Amino acid sequence: MTPDALLEVKDLHTYFELEEGTLKAVNGVSFTIRKNRTLGIVGESGCGKSVTAQSIMRITPKKNSSMRGQILLHHESGAVDVAQLDEDGDEMRDLRGRDIAMIFQEPMTAFSPVHTVGNQIMEALFVHGERDKRAARKRVIALLDEVGIPAPERRIDEYPFQLSGGMRQRSMIAMAIILNPRLLIADEPTTALDVTIQAQILRLMKRLQRDNGMAIMFITHDLGVIANMADDVAVMYLGKIVEYGTSRQIFNDPKHPYTKGLLRSIPKFGTTIGKHLATIKGTVPVPLDPPDACPFANRCAEFIAGACDVRMPAAVAVAPGHSVNCVLYE
Amino acid sequence: MSFIKYLIQRLIYAFLVLIVISFLIFMIVQLPRGDAVDRIVNARQAQGDIITEEDEAALRAQYGLDKPVFVQYFIWAAQFARGNMGQSMLGIPVSDLINERIAATMLLSIISLVATYALAVPIGIFSATRQYSLGDYFWTFVGFIGLATPNFLLALILLFLFHKFFGLSIGGLFSPGVEDQPWSLAKALDLINHLWIPIIVIVTAQTAGTIRTMRATLLDELGQQYVITARAKGVRYRRLLFKYPVRLALNPIVNSVGYILPRLISGQTIVAIVMNLPTLGPLLFSALLAEDVELATSILMIQSILAVIGVILGDIMLSVYDPRIRMEKGVT
Repeated sequence: MTPDALLEVKDLHTYFELEEGTLKAVNGVSFTIRKNRTLGIVGESGCGKSVTAQSIMRITPKKNSSMRGQILLHHESGAVDVAQLDEDGDEMRDLRGRDIAMIFQEPMTAFSPVHTVGNQIMEALFVHGERDKRAARKRVIALLDEVGIPAPERRIDEYPFQLSGGMRQRSMIAMAIILNPRLLIADEPTTALDVTIQAQILRLMKRLQRDNGMAIMFITHDLGVIANMADDVAVMYLGKIVEYGTSRQIFNDPKHPYTKGLLRSIPKFGTTIGKHLATIKGTVPVPLDPPDACPFANRCAEFIAGACDVRMPAAVAVAPGHSVNCVLYE
Repeated sequence: MSFIKYLIQRLIYAFLVLIVISFLIFMIVQLPRGDAVDRIVNARQAQGDIITEEDEAALRAQYGLDKPVFVQYFIWAAQFARGNMGQSMLGIPVSDLINERIAATMLLSIISLVATYALAVPIGIFSATRQYSLGDYFWTFVGFIGLATPNFLLALILLFLFHKFFGLSIGGLFSPGVEDQPWSLAKALDLINHLWIPIIVIVTAQTAGTIRTMRATLLDELGQQYVITARAKGVRYRRLLFKYPVRLALNPIVNSVGYILPRLISGQTIVAIVMNLPTLGPLLFSALLAEDVELATSILMIQSILAVIGVILGDIMLSVYDPRIRMEKGVT
């Protein structure tokens, strides 16, 4: 175990039973989130990054999902396996918001439209034991101020639709961090915002991380944002992590053909004039009853018949802290 | 815009709408060939009376039917606005006929309305939160039976069963002879004994639809992101359910309370006829059959006024209930 590990996910599987078959949204994922550090999870839509986050929070749709694997949350006194807790039980509920909090992509729909933002932020305090309404209100006003909302004593009584997108996302962040969680999961927190607001939100998250000393799991499809935010990066494809390393390793020395493809497809100023932007051919398949093979095999430029399509390659360490799941490195 | 200004604006619109409606009602009731005097003349002639042209003209003049229809409309509208609803063909003032029945109508309608919501909302919540469970299927089944069974048929079946097995005559609101007695405990009990069967019949019909609405809107709301947000905060599921999705799912129901107002008058007419209930529905029905112009137009007008007020009331209630509507309309 890494000494400063906060959350260890080991061989996590999250499946959804659909009429068409089993959707293996998360299919054997392992990673470690360290204290005070940011793990970026990057991948295309449908690669399972959001379901990974929901699995850690235990908020996947109850009806048809099943989960296997370990999610160890380390305390000073030991570790709790979140995957073993009753998702509706008091222990899990108490953990949500207090130890692990989450911010979502669409701050408009993530707030109830008929309750004031203040009401919804204070609720986080009340469900975790706060009794004093006036103290709670004061705390929320101070926090709204801290996340950069002007006139917080007025904004606290406003409804989500009265706030701009950036302010809603700031309020959402305030709601998530009000109990000083040790881990903040941010699921595409800036995707719905325009670029200037995006930069402000990212700066805010970095500042809060520095001030409060929390770990962040940052989920995005935006490599630029990951480069800006993450200490470590996990590249996900079709429910599996295909490459894992520090931000520097992933961006300067990518190993997996998928990671390389992703990085090539970023437009660079001046260098691609008159040329087509590099793309990864094909589209992400739907992981319905997928074969036990490299998930990227059918789109890979370096595909080797008889090797890539017969089994899932194991993780190979190519450098300290840098591992890749690809037959080219085995 | 202030609330008062908004309300005044709505009331002005409502008044204009009512003028148009009143004109349409008056015209439509006049439409059938022949008028009330023709009917009186026919009836008297059938009894062997001899009616001269002059008698007929005198009768027309007495009822104001000799004037052009537009003039008739203005005379009628002016009278109605002053609260004078005229004479029924039965020789009784229209206002007396309506007063006689309004209490029973309101009593029956309001009790069945409250019972409908008291049943339909919890069942809808149950069904939506346990979608595709045995309980959900059970209530869906019951709901469809309720929707598909004609009310009057259910009324007839219940009348028959109670007569056959309990020897009870449950038509009307009172046992024979009780109605004219002064109010007493016995009379009240008699009323209650007669009241619950029509209420079952009416509630069965209304509940089914409301359950479906509640279930569908709540299922919609349960899939919303804000439900996940609240769970991620650590809110207990039951608390979360009633604070967020149920509250939002009640929106259409709160709004529809306004539309129910006119139904209080003439809803369930067929059931009332079958069960011999002294409500306004059967009165309107017989007035239309008898071409009793004064009576029919009056009841239809009252109903239209209630409809217009109901819509305003529904909008006001919704804007109190939902801040989005409140802000959008600037009603604070």
